[in-house]
Amino acid sequence: MKYCLSLVFVLFCFVCRSASAGLTIEITQGSDEPTPIAIAPFAGASPALPEDVRDIISEDLKRSGLFRSIPQRDMLSSPSKEDEIFYRDWRVLGASYLVIGRMTQDANGYALEYELYDVLAQKNIFRKLTRGSATSLRDIAHAAADQIFESITNIRGIFSTKIIYVEDLRRDGPGRYRLMEADADGAREKVLFASSQPILSPSWSNNGRQVAYVSFETSRPAIYRMDLATGTREQLTNFRGLNGAPSWSPDDSKLAFVLSKDGNPEIYILDLYTKRLTRVTNSPLAIDTEPNWTPDGKSLIFTSDRGGAPQIYQIGLATGRVERLTFDGDYNARPRVTADGKSLVMVHRENGIFHIAWQDIATGRRRILTETWLDESPTLAPNGAMLLYATQYNNKGVLAAVSLDAGVKYRLPSKAGDVREPAWSPFLRN
Amino acid sequence: MAKSIKTLLLVMSVLGMFSACSSKTTKSPEPEPTPTPMATPAEPTAAELEAQERAKCDALDKVYYFDFDKSVVQPDAQAALTAEAECIKKFSSSVRLEGNADERGSREYNMALGERRANAVRDYLVLQGVDPTMIETVSYGEERPAVMGSNEEAWAKNRRVELIAK
Repeated sequence: MKYCLSLVFVLFCFVCRSASAGLTIEITQGSDEPTPIAIAPFAGASPALPEDVRDIISEDLKRSGLFRSIPQRDMLSSPSKEDEIFYRDWRVLGASYLVIGRMTQDANGYALEYELYDVLAQKNIFRKLTRGSATSLRDIAHAAADQIFESITNIRGIFSTKIIYVEDLRRDGPGRYRLMEADADGAREKVLFASSQPILSPSWSNNGRQVAYVSFETSRPAIYRMDLATGTREQLTNFRGLNGAPSWSPDDSKLAFVLSKDGNPEIYILDLYTKRLTRVTNSPLAIDTEPNWTPDGKSLIFTSDRGGAPQIYQIGLATGRVERLTFDGDYNARPRVTADGKSLVMVHRENGIFHIAWQDIATGRRRILTETWLDESPTLAPNGAMLLYATQYNNKGVLAAVSLDAGVKYRLPSKAGDVREPAWSPFLRN
Repeated sequence: MAKSIKTLLLVMSVLGMFSACSSKTTKSPEPEPTPTPMATPAEPTAAELEAQERAKCDALDKVYYFDFDKSVVQPDAQAALTAEAECIKKFSSSVRLEGNADERGSREYNMALGERRANAVRDYLVLQGVDPTMIETVSYGEERPAVMGSNEEAWAKNRRVELIAK
């Protein structure tokens, strides 16, 4: 099985497809002016299939905040070919777009042929085909949702991406803390690694193939990386003091992280091929932590309290020049740069409340994105349109998502325990 | 008559001393109270004294609390640590200090804050003469709250350093 973990040096780990646990999605705020889209039932999609492909596409588009999906029960007809489309049936429902399709099954698995139409212009936009194995109906649905989304919005879809996060079952035992992976919609949750000791700061490599994280399994924090295909783990650091906040360079050849081995928390870079360690920051009385690479690989942005309280700074790796980026609020930390390098999201405290805020790096213009409090660990979807973070709800740690235009909000609690520290995958090659 | 009573007392004191040398602290059998007001009570033995001191050391508070965002050792913690330092110097070969923070703010910054607190306690102990090579500091950040809850009472109980002496 793809995620079979059978390694000598792993102290606590097991393979698990969690049947009872799992993330659910609760939409807490819808968008103001979503685009209405109708997805007609697909011909050949028997109710006996383990997944409702049409429904998954519909939920994906709704969750983006940019679409409203016309309910199936309101539909007046179910075309599955172009010559079966009666455009008036869709205009009266207010649909701007129509998706029709046909599912077929062969020896290799399933195929979905699907077509997108502009209802008002009464013309076809595209015809596409996506194939998958018998176990990947969800992948077929997400691939179709990505294509539909991108065709209409010109933004790349993130429905085929994944998330990793930490789960705390809140009762002592060998599996109390778990590093989890799930689809971006919370489905198909699986345990990557379990331990009786805390796990923190999971981080995806940019090629989507590895995860770095901090584990206390040796009774002190140390940084590990795991290959997702094989489950192989490697311990990368073993220094006294802090070993934390690993962050992958854009080409995945290096990891930046925090160590306090030289007396106080400073940022270092480890070359993963040569294993050479280089020190980056030098502020003897301060905490420097939470490094994050800029997309051009030339700087790190990081948290530092060298000015008295945590704020966000940028350091040029060639020049060593340090520049402070945040000036509003008495606490700014845990920065994450957007893919275009122009803005960042962070934990920001104002009036005693911790929110997630967005800031344009060049202008300093700032916007608070969340209405929850005790917010932490922001992570951006690779298309930059959605933000996932950790917060509290009903005395439990939950994940929450907000679109960057702050239009849609939803919550992902787990049935099992506290969930936190999400990290959104890059675009994945399937 | 007085001489044999004295001998009896002497023998019983010796017996009492032997029983006090066993690993458990057991009460040595008290000599019968004599009617003579001039009789002296048995002196505590060296082993009894050590056992009493160890018990006092074990009973010392080993958790020290901090103000929000601060790593300054508070006055009541200083008093406890001064006593603890003497205990460590006498009885311990290793000390582990575990630093913690409350849940607010970012997790890795809180790891660093927990470490700062553990280091502050370590530095205080070293000032009292404890050998620094004996002390290990580890931070758990906000990962191991002592008290669950998102309120001031819980947070105050989680901003702490715990001392484990061996």
